[in-house]
Amino acid sequence: MSHPITITIDGKEVQVEDGTLLINAIREAGVDVPSLCYYEHIDPPLGTCRVCTVEVNGRHQASCTTLARNGMSVVVHDDPTLHDTRKAMVEMLFAEGNHFCPACEKSGDCDLQGMGYDLGVQMSRFPHLFVDRIIDYNPKRMVIEHNRCIRCRRCVDEVLTDDGKRVFSFAHRGNDTEVAIDYDQEAKLTEEQAVRAMHICPTGSILVRGKSLARPFGERKYDIDGAHAGGNVPMEKMFAPKVGNGEKKVIATVSLAGCFGCHMSMLDLDMGILDLVDLVEFNKSPLTDIKEFTKRVDIGLIEGGCCNSENVHVLREFRRKCDILVSVGECSIWGGLPAMRNMVPLRECLEEAYLHSFTSENEAAIIPHHEDIPKILDKVYACSEVVDIDYYIPGCPPSANHIWKMVKNILFGAEYSVVYPEFKYD
Amino acid sequence: MQTISLARPQLLNAIWAMHDVKGFLDDNDIAQLSTLFGVSAVEIEGVVSFYHFFHRKPSGKHTIYLNNSIVSEFSGYEEVKRAFEKETGATIGKVDPTGTFGFYETSCIGLSDQEPAALVDFCPMTELTPQKVKTIVSKLKTGSTPLSICDEPKNNIRYTPGERAFILKDYVPGAALQKLKDLEPMEVIQQIKDAGLMGMGGAFFPTGIKWEGCRKNASNRKFVVCNADEGEPGTFKDRVLLNTMPGLVIEGMALGAYSVGASEGIIYLRAEYRWLKEKIEQTLEDFREKGWLGDHIKAKQPFSFDIRVQLGAGAYVCGEETALLNSLEGKRGEPRTRRYFPIERGYLSKPTLVNNVETFATAARILESGPARMRELGTKDSPGTKLISISGDCAKPGIYEIEWGMHLSELLTLCEANDPYYVQVSGPSGTAVSMKERNRRLCKEDLLCGGSFMVFNKSRDLLQILLNFNNFFKHESCGICTPCRAGNFILNRKLEKLELGLCSLRDLVEIEDWGATIKQNSRCGLGQMSPNSIIDAIHKFPEYFDCRVDKSGSRLSHGFDMERAVREYEEAVEA
Ligand SMILES: Cc1cc2nc3c(=O)[nH]c(=O)nc-3n(C[C@H](O)[C@H](O)[C@H](O)COP(=O)(O)O)c2cc1C
Ligand code: SF4
Ligand code: SF4
Ligand code: SF4
Ligand code: FES
Repeated sequence: MSHPITITIDGKEVQVEDGTLLINAIREAGVDVPSLCYYEHIDPPLGTCRVCTVEVNGRHQASCTTLARNGMSVVVHDDPTLHDTRKAMVEMLFAEGNHFCPACEKSGDCDLQGMGYDLGVQMSRFPHLFVDRIIDYNPKRMVIEHNRCIRCRRCVDEVLTDDGKRVFSFAHRGNDTEVAIDYDQEAKLTEEQAVRAMHICPTGSILVRGKSLARPFGERKYDIDGAHAGGNVPMEKMFAPKVGNGEKKVIATVSLAGCFGCHMSMLDLDMGILDLVDLVEFNKSPLTDIKEFTKRVDIGLIEGGCCNSENVHVLREFRRKCDILVSVGECSIWGGLPAMRNMVPLRECLEEAYLHSFTSENEAAIIPHHEDIPKILDKVYACSEVVDIDYYIPGCPPSANHIWKMVKNILFGAEYSVVYPEFKYD
Repeated sequence: MQTISLARPQLLNAIWAMHDVKGFLDDNDIAQLSTLFGVSAVEIEGVVSFYHFFHRKPSGKHTIYLNNSIVSEFSGYEEVKRAFEKETGATIGKVDPTGTFGFYETSCIGLSDQEPAALVDFCPMTELTPQKVKTIVSKLKTGSTPLSICDEPKNNIRYTPGERAFILKDYVPGAALQKLKDLEPMEVIQQIKDAGLMGMGGAFFPTGIKWEGCRKNASNRKFVVCNADEGEPGTFKDRVLLNTMPGLVIEGMALGAYSVGASEGIIYLRAEYRWLKEKIEQTLEDFREKGWLGDHIKAKQPFSFDIRVQLGAGAYVCGEETALLNSLEGKRGEPRTRRYFPIERGYLSKPTLVNNVETFATAARILESGPARMRELGTKDSPGTKLISISGDCAKPGIYEIEWGMHLSELLTLCEANDPYYVQVSGPSGTAVSMKERNRRLCKEDLLCGGSFMVFNKSRDLLQILLNFNNFFKHESCGICTPCRAGNFILNRKLEKLELGLCSLRDLVEIEDWGATIKQNSRCGLGQMSPNSIIDAIHKFPEYFDCRVDKSGSRLSHGFDMERAVREYEEAVEA
């Protein structure tokens, strides 16, 4: 070091070169700090996502745009609210865009998604905005999926043609800010340059036709092998030793606006289900075909969000009858795949489905309605927008392990945290 | 081969020149600019779409911008809007079928003392009523030019502290410049420091320290920039200064240039004040003729300094100094990361002194009257006087030059506020103040005021005010950082929920928490201040919020409104 200086990171003094980017200084000291827009060789750094926020001399600052100065006092993890702040940034990005991970080409290789896993984002505390954004199929080689863009600016700064022209730019302002692509310049990119652009993008917004599903499941960037992460609890150990006074806990489950996939996943326990029924009894649930609650329930597992009036009634009944309510799966947590309609006015959806579809007969076509059929809501609501929800189990669907470990933990207070390989949005 | 014939900082002017021809840019214009500046078309689009006065579709033979600030809303905005729509045939945001009128709304245009106000082809029309709108539109239809029928905005200088006035007293052109004769640059800076001048653009940074810092940064080229972007809703003091004594501001800039060793100056004038441009340029011309600007400034030799006016194009955030610098460089007005101060690397990466209009004017007065005089006025920590722009529910909206330290109640009496309930000090980014605080003093020791002072009485709906402010930020955020761009949008949804009466106590807590997150983590002052008024209001007006939220603590209903949620479906099946 030619100009060594001393800074403190979480109370520990470290020596770094004067003027090092703080994010690098922190990482060199062996301390983790998340980042999303930061891309080592973009200078000056973009400083757009604020996910790398730390406290510098008492104030929040993005560590990727701050230079280390002698005597700086930096807090990264000592104050737990900082972790929550960084998590809030990621949650905001999820709430702002339309991220349907199970239907996304980048899923498994997406930095935003990986950041969600890293920071333990089970749900966004912010309401999803569901703004209608376009998918731009005009470029010759690329497809731009505006629903997923987090406006990190990497593409704007990094993707240039051989003669130095920008291919991307930000356009508009405020909540309308978006990336725009120059079709003429895009056509000048080589295949290799285009693929690089796709890789630079931390999300699935820049796709190159024919190249976007290159890696199979299991080999993707964020598909960490469970054994390596030290997480896979053998099934037979899961519900033993017995906890509690021998009295069985009561579980109810329901599928609202979901696909039953989460219920299928619950059944994925195979033989483990025998251990499970030793410990718990099922009340109202499609698994038992018990249609009405017959007693008070300890825990209600809700699959699916609310897309019609009946969903709301059922959910409220669950809230009344269950001590604890758990949202299981993305649909229940924030709407999930059914919420793909939330960007389109309901009337348009109904007309498209019932009046203008291939199978609708011109004269006879109507939008179904009858006092006995539930009314469709203006949008798909997350369960937490309707009643209080106590816990969230992300995934589409969450794996059987994930669901039952969480349930066990909640019911019996067993020591347990969700391990990385089980924490997924797809 | 590419022929790049124009340097990037000329982009805004080049766009204006094309835009003035037909009121919008077509694809050809974009292609032409792209060639002229040697950048891709999308980059030009990016700049054009950043500024709200640039259009990509026809904006009418006459383009009307009606101010949608809260003071305008409370002074008859709706009626005036309807009158414009009726008379022109253009609904808001659109052009009428004949292509004669384009009708748009815009953030505060700096005429809060004479609302509702609008700009027609950038000519000001003030104190609008439906009747007046009718007359204006019919005259335009019969061929009158907007210039011939527009209003000369009143200055409305309502109060100065008499003998103790420091800024708004008779202006003797050249008086400050003459003082340079006997002063070295460091001596000028010392006077500014001795006077205790703080920046008047809202951040109150000590001006002398800034000038000294800029002086110390060696460079072959330095710039002095006057920030005349005055975008904070409810502020119009810079407008009045530029209208009544542009010379004083220019002299202040010359002092700054002399002190820091700069020879080029730029006044960044917001497009809303385009009607002031000619007057400023005329004054600059007079100065040049007198030898007070130009190659060899008479008052002091050798000292060369000249000034040009750069017109903005509609973007509040360009008042933030680093966004302003980007805008001057022909870029999108996004604030820079805080790696360098403008005095280190500013315009074209050269040391640049950026000060507010009033700061320069006050600096000129300091040289003229001496720092000791300024110290006799105001308080210990904030010497001198301050121009306050008062608007809203008072009989005498206008400019008040007050000594720092004045009590809120005194100012409210002076402006003849009518039953005040709520005062928004320093604009939407500032502080919400309740009448329990009427004994607070305006000064650094207590409550600083950047210039905007909006008074509201009990008949006004607090939530309407907060929603107006929030919409302003949501729209004016540069959009580059997550908390400000997404956060203000998210808060907007919460406020709408509050308006519908669907919030519980938990929602209020969330508004505060999320507001704090936006404040702490935003990249520039815009985001950092944007939730201020909401957070303040929740604290200071509990009686207002108490009766608007559900306090039952029910776990069954989270502001979900079944009737509302099924309405669209019911309408669809009825049809
Ligand atoms: C969002 C935002 C808007 C601003 N708008 C203005 C403005 O319109 N005029 C101004 O003089 N300063 C404005 N400022 C303050 C400037 O960044 C800067 O501090 C000021 O021009 C410095 O001059 P001063 O020290 O003379 O006040 C704004 C700051 C922010 C964060
Ligand atoms: S994988 Fe990434 S980009 Fe795709 S939807 Fe999920 S979070 Fe968004
Ligand atoms: S397209 Fe990708 S790289 Fe570009 S701003 Fe959006 S998220 Fe970032
Ligand atoms: S705080 Fe707002 S205006 Fe400032 S940089 Fe961030 S998005 Fe832009
Ligand atoms: S990584 Fe630092 S702001 Fe995005």
